[in-house]
Amino acid sequence: MEIKKTSLNKLHQSNNAKFVEFAGYEMPIQYSKGIIEEHKFTRSHSGIFDVSHMGQLFIYGDESLTEELEKIFPLDLKNLKLNCSKYSFLMNEDAGIYDDLIITKIEEGYLIILNAACKDKDFEILSNLLGSKFKMNLDNNRSLIAIQGPKSVEILNSIINGVDQLNFMTGNWFDSDNQKLFVTRSGYTGEDGFEISISNDKAEKFVENLIEKGAQLIGLGARDTLRLEAGLCLYGHELDINKTPVEANLRWAISKSRLSNGGFIGSKKIMNQMQDGANQIRVGIKPEGRLIAREKTKIFDDTDTQIGEITSGTFGPSVNGPIAMGYVNKEFSKVDTKILLEVRGKKHPANVCALPFYKKNYVKGVN
Amino acid sequence: MSEVKFSKEHEWITLEGDVATIGITKHATEMLGDIVFAELPEKGSNVEKDGTAGVVESTKAASDVYTPVSGEVVDTNQAIVDDPSKINEDPEGSAWFFKLKMKDQSEMESLMNKEEYDKFAKESAS
Repeated sequence: MEIKKTSLNKLHQSNNAKFVEFAGYEMPIQYSKGIIEEHKFTRSHSGIFDVSHMGQLFIYGDESLTEELEKIFPLDLKNLKLNCSKYSFLMNEDAGIYDDLIITKIEEGYLIILNAACKDKDFEILSNLLGSKFKMNLDNNRSLIAIQGPKSVEILNSIINGVDQLNFMTGNWFDSDNQKLFVTRSGYTGEDGFEISISNDKAEKFVENLIEKGAQLIGLGARDTLRLEAGLCLYGHELDINKTPVEANLRWAISKSRLSNGGFIGSKKIMNQMQDGANQIRVGIKPEGRLIAREKTKIFDDTDTQIGEITSGTFGPSVNGPIAMGYVNKEFSKVDTKILLEVRGKKHPANVCALPFYKKNYVKGVN
Repeated sequence: MSEVKFSKEHEWITLEGDVATIGITKHATEMLGDIVFAELPEKGSNVEKDGTAGVVESTKAASDVYTPVSGEVVDTNQAIVDDPSKINEDPEGSAWFFKLKMKDQSEMESLMNKEEYDKFAKESAS
């Protein structure tokens, strides 16, 4: 299959991007300054991320759509206010995760942001579940740009006046350069920031404008170190069809009001696990010293019994040390539990630790 | 000190008496990106030509470091273990990896000179 390119591909090239294939797309892993510089620039200034490979699924409908979606997602959508977003999951009957996603209530229905590698399958699953009653559009004509970091609000507001009034996990339509942009205050870095849905033909000029105002392009490499420091899950690593939201330690994302009666796909398993606890839990892990434990590193206790596996591991530039996440048997999931990581045939000490590794405050309320 | 020689695994080597100093090339560091971890062979251990003699890790991945010649490890550079970013800063100078007491100096003959290596690196990058 031919590799797909986003509408910013030329701009990445002219900014000396190194490319990798990711979910069938040619995406920038880094630019000339490198992952650590890009990571730190995002934390101190403002980084621009091309996330146009992600799916933007518009589903159109009224209250009957809300009712149908509540049979799918563990969310209290009836009480979700207009322009408010929630993090959620598309699950199977065993509460295994097909995808994690952000769903936003818009006037015409809902906008769901899906992972690039999952979006086509998600569309198929949702089409089958919803039938032909509601119009669905996995919109390939729109790009998705994230801008993250402390200077982002000032930079973006100078181009799209009014975005500074958005609260965290809310969005709205804005007019800019004679077109409608959907902007949400959200992100995947642990920083304040925004995601902007914009038509493909306007995306390059828009990003050039952001660069002119002082933001810089950031590749997928730094996106990964930033999200890992923020303790956020990456589908295909922390999450997959064999993991449930409870095992992934994402109970907070399940609306309490949905737990008494269930009625969503996977609810039986979720309710059981919420009561009895899961056998394996996602935790933060800090290796002692500088050792990096990558994905698939085996985790042992001090009796040589394997108790889990690393799902993501790297060097955290802001933490200035190695960090990881992984799944361990529940009796080892308490913070400060000593564990051993097998790297290149040797066992190295590490500690279970609280997430996130790096914490900054999101803008919760501006009005 | 001898002329600097290079291996196809992107190590550089110089010889002083029978002691060889070995590190990774600037080209290698550019391919790897930001280096954040280095593991070196143990002093006193013996390493074999083209065998692994350490590990470097970038933010992206781990890569083995090979030795272009055989010998006994007589010294290692603790400074790059303590601060691996030094490898990106000065790979072909202060950020050497280890020193070997060579057994067979004829092993140097098959290695590339600077001009040959630059050509090799350029071709292998494209």
